[in-house]
Amino acid sequence: MAMKSHLLPEFIVERDNERCDSCKVCIKQCPFGVHYYDEEKDRVYSREELCVGCQRCVVYCPKNALKVIPYPKHYRPNDYWNESYIRDIKKQAESGGIILTSCGSARRTKIYWDHILLNASQVTNPSIDPLREPMELRTFLGRKPDALEIDLENMEIKTELHPNLMIEAPILFAGMSYGAISYNAFKSLAMAAKKFGTLFNTGEGGMPKDMREEFKDCTIVQCASGRFGVDPEYLNYSAAIEIKIGQGAKPGIGGHLPGEKVTAEISSTRMIPEGTDALSPAPHHDIYSIEDLSMLIYALKEATNYEKPVCVKIAAVHNVAAIASGMVRAGADIIAIDGFRGGTGATPKIMREHVGIPVELALAAVDQRLREEGIRNKCSVIVGGGIRCAADVVKAIALGADAVYIGTAALIALGCTMCQHCHTGKCAWGICTQDPELSKRLNPKVGAERAYNLLRAWSLEIKDVLGGMGINAIESLRGNRDHLRGIGLEEWELKVLGIKGAGE
Amino acid sequence: MINRISVSDGRITKEVQACAVFGVMDRSGRRFRGGMVINAMKNMRVRGNGLGGGFAVYGIYPEYKDCYALHIMFQDDDPGLKQEVDEFLHRNFDVVNDEEIPTNEEASVEDPPLFWRYFVTPQKKGEDKNLSDDDYVVKKVMYINTCINGAYVFSSGKDMGVFKGVGFPEEIADFFMLDELYKGYIWTAHSRFPTNTPGWWGGAHPFCILDWTVVHNGEISSYGTNRRFLEMYGYYCTLYTDTEVIAYAVDLLMRRQRLPIEVVAKIFAPPMWDQIDRMQENERKFYTTLRMVYAPLLINGPFTVIIAHHGEMIGLTDRIRLRPITAGEKGDMLFVSSEEAAIRAVCSHPDRVWTPHGGEPIIGRLRSN
Ligand code: SF4
Ligand code: SF4
Repeated sequence: MAMKSHLLPEFIVERDNERCDSCKVCIKQCPFGVHYYDEEKDRVYSREELCVGCQRCVVYCPKNALKVIPYPKHYRPNDYWNESYIRDIKKQAESGGIILTSCGSARRTKIYWDHILLNASQVTNPSIDPLREPMELRTFLGRKPDALEIDLENMEIKTELHPNLMIEAPILFAGMSYGAISYNAFKSLAMAAKKFGTLFNTGEGGMPKDMREEFKDCTIVQCASGRFGVDPEYLNYSAAIEIKIGQGAKPGIGGHLPGEKVTAEISSTRMIPEGTDALSPAPHHDIYSIEDLSMLIYALKEATNYEKPVCVKIAAVHNVAAIASGMVRAGADIIAIDGFRGGTGATPKIMREHVGIPVELALAAVDQRLREEGIRNKCSVIVGGGIRCAADVVKAIALGADAVYIGTAALIALGCTMCQHCHTGKCAWGICTQDPELSKRLNPKVGAERAYNLLRAWSLEIKDVLGGMGINAIESLRGNRDHLRGIGLEEWELKVLGIKGAGE
Repeated sequence: MINRISVSDGRITKEVQACAVFGVMDRSGRRFRGGMVINAMKNMRVRGNGLGGGFAVYGIYPEYKDCYALHIMFQDDDPGLKQEVDEFLHRNFDVVNDEEIPTNEEASVEDPPLFWRYFVTPQKKGEDKNLSDDDYVVKKVMYINTCINGAYVFSSGKDMGVFKGVGFPEEIADFFMLDELYKGYIWTAHSRFPTNTPGWWGGAHPFCILDWTVVHNGEISSYGTNRRFLEMYGYYCTLYTDTEVIAYAVDLLMRRQRLPIEVVAKIFAPPMWDQIDRMQENERKFYTTLRMVYAPLLINGPFTVIIAHHGEMIGLTDRIRLRPITAGEKGDMLFVSSEEAAIRAVCSHPDRVWTPHGGEPIIGRLRSN
């Protein structure tokens, strides 16, 4: 017997019938089938229960006739048994399954960025005007030697150097695979990174052959537990290699790209048969220990003639500092830490909301630990997982990061509205989808321009803040926690962050 | 086992101050009295507020040329304190001679502590045997400064000394009778305008390790970055002043890593990327690598610094010249100063006076005979 669903709609679709002329644009735009045309009445109606709030129809309605607004609090107000728990229970009572979702954690937990304030110069130290003076954001990622041996006469550096990446601002695009996102979204990021002078990251889905030559200098190729698309050519057409151990949105579990998304192009990029599920195991089955990680790091270095830095990415978990130290000792040139607010194309909600720790605390602990062990300059640290604005970037650098990864923010720049329905594969904005009709909504040229503009805008803002602090090169902010103060934080939190309270 | 260095967690309070600096060197090695440098500092009196003044002088103890000269301040009158230090020194060194540093009772300084100088040579024992003499002395000096409460080593180089305290520089000079008692071939001096700490004799400048001294003016905005980097190399900032950070950076780069000042100046105050990108290939590679590797030792924000050690005096200003430094020369005499007026006050017809670019060091070296 069919079960009647008890779920209430999440959004109300309001159509102003004075304005609507039944042009049907919204019907075409909505991949979730919300809008429909009633021929008899010659009017467009909506099935609200299907609406995910992606706002595509609102933006594209030529008559400005639509409003999509959150459904008013439906159940009796209760802080403990709130909407979200009641809804999830009802859903599970109907499906009997795990709740799947996407993007990053949406739960209310303390956002440390918002409890950190920045400094500026007054009197004793002049601020610097970024419109008149150079402000430098250039950043190098990779292992640095303790000292340089220099032949002064010939201006030659005799010390043998490890490979380093040079980027024009401390912001990179985080790993998002072709498969999880559309070819056009993937290419948009690659183009923006190249134009700006930073790097994008392939994620775990390999690199389309047709992009290799053009983007090899701005690509971090990922090698994850599924090893999709990994072969010597893939590894060598890159600026760096990243071993992905875990990600903030779902620490400790693998990935699953359903067979319907494995199109002919994705199948050849990932090197798996068309239409089969692409399953990434939870661990790397050749890495059960730090020694095993070291072997993979050196295997990848061997395969690329020691010409590329190797990055290891982990989710921010409880003992992240000790793990990070082990990674550096195992040979990682860069470590990437993904906080629990990091996004994903699909994850069980329980993992997204409850596993891992905020990247602010993880970063502070890792930076401090590596310094205590005297190995901080043996690696670079990239953090990601919920970087929302240039101020977050500045705070991350001052806490000790060399650079940040942005994933969600980059997708928002392309059009994403955080509807949290990537896992359905029906992204109305052509980002998280393999449906050719939907993908073509995103023109890579326009996408690249938006992503590039975002990098540019944030860089300008970072320069403003630096100038205010009397700093003209980003390296003088790195790990400079003197320029941070906490507000509304407990003593233990200030201690972990290594910052003083405001007014102290 | 992983060897964990004890490093601070970043939550310290730094001292903020403004100052005047002056340095003069006779590049022929001729030693001269302090009157000139005292007058130059008087000329810049407005840059200080009487809460700190000090001098470093090179070439003052030719009779003890091979001994480390330790100038030690005893903050407390407690006789036990001096006894503790004496015992420590006798355990670790051959004390060739020691005496109270002569002072002028009439000088207008308040509550001066006791000053003593010891001429010593290392007596290395046990695992310390592997250390060089210099490293051994640094280690022992650090011990006194951090572990013996109330005793503080002002200077620890051979044939040189630091004299400093609370007062205007001319008062400190008067107190130690610098003009009457000492002759040196390099004199550097500092006048202090602390904005957030009361005067403390140990907090005055110059700052010294072995024969390296630093006087500095400015407030560096990269302090936290620099300090946390230096901690990885075992330097713990105990005074929380910018000067201390610069002094440790100088020690790391110039003494331990043996980089010449020409390179160190480009680490502290590197050229802009714009400029580097336009350089020829080998120069570009050189500067790019230097900036990449030594990024945490870029000294950002306004500074003027005078660094000295035997045979060399160096003046340097920050990369965008927020605190300019002026240089002058006449014959073998080389002057560096916060202000040109101070140079002209003591040398009426200099051969040349100039203001170097940010990051361009003024280097005075002893002429080889
Ligand atoms: S797009 Fe706007 S005008 Fe067109 S049918 Fe939908 S609501 Fe009506
Ligand atoms: S990428 Fe698309 S489906 Fe995913 S949250 Fe953004 S708009 Fe929604």
